[in-house]
Amino acid sequence: MADDALAVTLQQKGPIPLDLTLSCAAGDVLALVGPSGSGKSTILRSIAGLYRPEVGRVSVGAATWLDTSRRIDWPPYRRRVGLVFQNYALFPHMTALANVAAALGHLPRQERSRRAGELLELVHLADLHRRRPAELSGGQQQRVAVARALARDPDVLLLDEPFSAVDRVTRQRLYGELRELRRAFPIPILVVTHDFDEAARVANRMCLLDRGRILQTGTPRDVLARPASVQAARLVDLRNVFDARVLSHDGPLTILDWNGRTLQAARSEAHRAGAKVAWAIAGTQVLLSRTDLDQADSQPNRFSATIRDLVHLSESLAVTVVLEGPDAPVLSMTLPAHYARRTGLGPGSVVTVALMPEGIHVMPSEGEGQADLA
Amino acid sequence: MDWVAFSLSIKLGLVTVAVLLPVGVFVGRWLAYARFSGKGFVEAALALPLVLPPTVVGYYLLVSVGGATPIGQIWAATFGHNLVFSFEGLVLASVIVNLPFAIQPAQRAFEAIAPEIREAAAVSGLSPRSVLMRIELPLAWQGILMGLVLTFAHTLGEFGVVLMVGGSIPGETKTVAIAIYDRVQAFDTASAGIMAATLLVMSLATLGLIYRLSSQVGRRHG
Repeated sequence: MADDALAVTLQQKGPIPLDLTLSCAAGDVLALVGPSGSGKSTILRSIAGLYRPEVGRVSVGAATWLDTSRRIDWPPYRRRVGLVFQNYALFPHMTALANVAAALGHLPRQERSRRAGELLELVHLADLHRRRPAELSGGQQQRVAVARALARDPDVLLLDEPFSAVDRVTRQRLYGELRELRRAFPIPILVVTHDFDEAARVANRMCLLDRGRILQTGTPRDVLARPASVQAARLVDLRNVFDARVLSHDGPLTILDWNGRTLQAARSEAHRAGAKVAWAIAGTQVLLSRTDLDQADSQPNRFSATIRDLVHLSESLAVTVVLEGPDAPVLSMTLPAHYARRTGLGPGSVVTVALMPEGIHVMPSEGEGQADLA
Repeated sequence: MDWVAFSLSIKLGLVTVAVLLPVGVFVGRWLAYARFSGKGFVEAALALPLVLPPTVVGYYLLVSVGGATPIGQIWAATFGHNLVFSFEGLVLASVIVNLPFAIQPAQRAFEAIAPEIREAAAVSGLSPRSVLMRIELPLAWQGILMGLVLTFAHTLGEFGVVLMVGGSIPGETKTVAIAIYDRVQAFDTASAGIMAATLLVMSLATLGLIYRLSSQVGRRHG
């Protein structure tokens, strides 16, 4: 399997800065996640041969598609790559079947339409093969685009924001289909997205990008809950990021001093006692109660707070609270939607927040984080 | 009705169209996709025949390929007759004044193809030639055809440059537009009237075709 892996190194100063090395094994789905302008799409285009970086190397298994140091640069039509464009880019004058057959140039002419039919069946579109793109819904067009990308029997499958143009219900179904594809086509699959939930749903590895550099690579769960730096934490929209100092390590715990408050966090060996650190907690790891007010501030990780804001979302409740103390830190959390109604909470209510030690993630403080990453 | 002049006009139109078909496709496509400094200048130069009086184009053709010029002398030595005041000279003049009519609609049609569609074709394994034949031409053909119809119609009606470069030699350079002028000069309004009416009907028919085509060009694909 490792022999079929995709390996990419790209470097350039502009117009889109790039400085990264990444790899994706056959059978893996790697999500490239980052804000606009982080270079996600440029990475895909460089792999497909639609963009030429100043310095770069792209290889799949034994084949080298691009190596600027050896002046190797295969044109896109020679690279065995399947690319699903953000807007699908189907050929508007061809039927769904012809769109797929157009990418089957490597097969004898008489076999193309049979194979195109099989691929449309694979993406559950067998009965619509005579339709032109304009007569298909967004989700159907996306499936034709996937079938066309697979038609070439690609060594690598690239998907550029493939779910952005379809509605939420269709998207959920397509996530499942992408997971099926991964089993049916054990090749490296790269998915570009700016949606972290989406990355977690479809990918087993995730690469967090910012301005052409990789901030962190790991499982989506790790990257989202255990960001390597404050910068990474901000990018994954982890709102509760604070400064603290390491007091000591005690068994499975690391004890932190958070502006005079004592915090127990999951043990983090990397930071010695006395070190300035940053810590973060996901909104789902913060508990809120009204019943044990007397225990607040006397036990570690429990603090009394006042609710500042309460927003009802479709399935949950977004709550922000202000803790007591001169620094008045603000914590954000999400709770089940029925919680506020059941407990009668509202802005101004006094509550106790409890921070789960295993949910507290310690990382280098902002200034030191950059040095650690380099 | 001067059938010799009429058939000469048709022949000139068809030859001009045949020469400008590949020119329109390749120059139009190049201008649609290429990015280079000075592109605006190239486009302006190719559009010049739209605004210059045909007599100005004719004048510069006469002084650049006339019998006394090096090009004219080489032509005369090779083919045994002058380039100006010959059918070939007329074709050259006609091709030059029709460049914008053939190129611009083709350029607009190629520009209307979304870049991702060409990129999708390339990553689908289509060679640049296949991309042109199977994707670009089927999507741009209305624009290309529109340019050719415009060229043909414009050639039938061209007067100034034909008079300057071709003169009025029956069967060689006397087109129907010149013949009408000729007949009016000779007070033969009946013949002039028939030819004028024929040109009018033909022009109207081609313009109708052009409007029909243009409603389909410029609609962005993809």
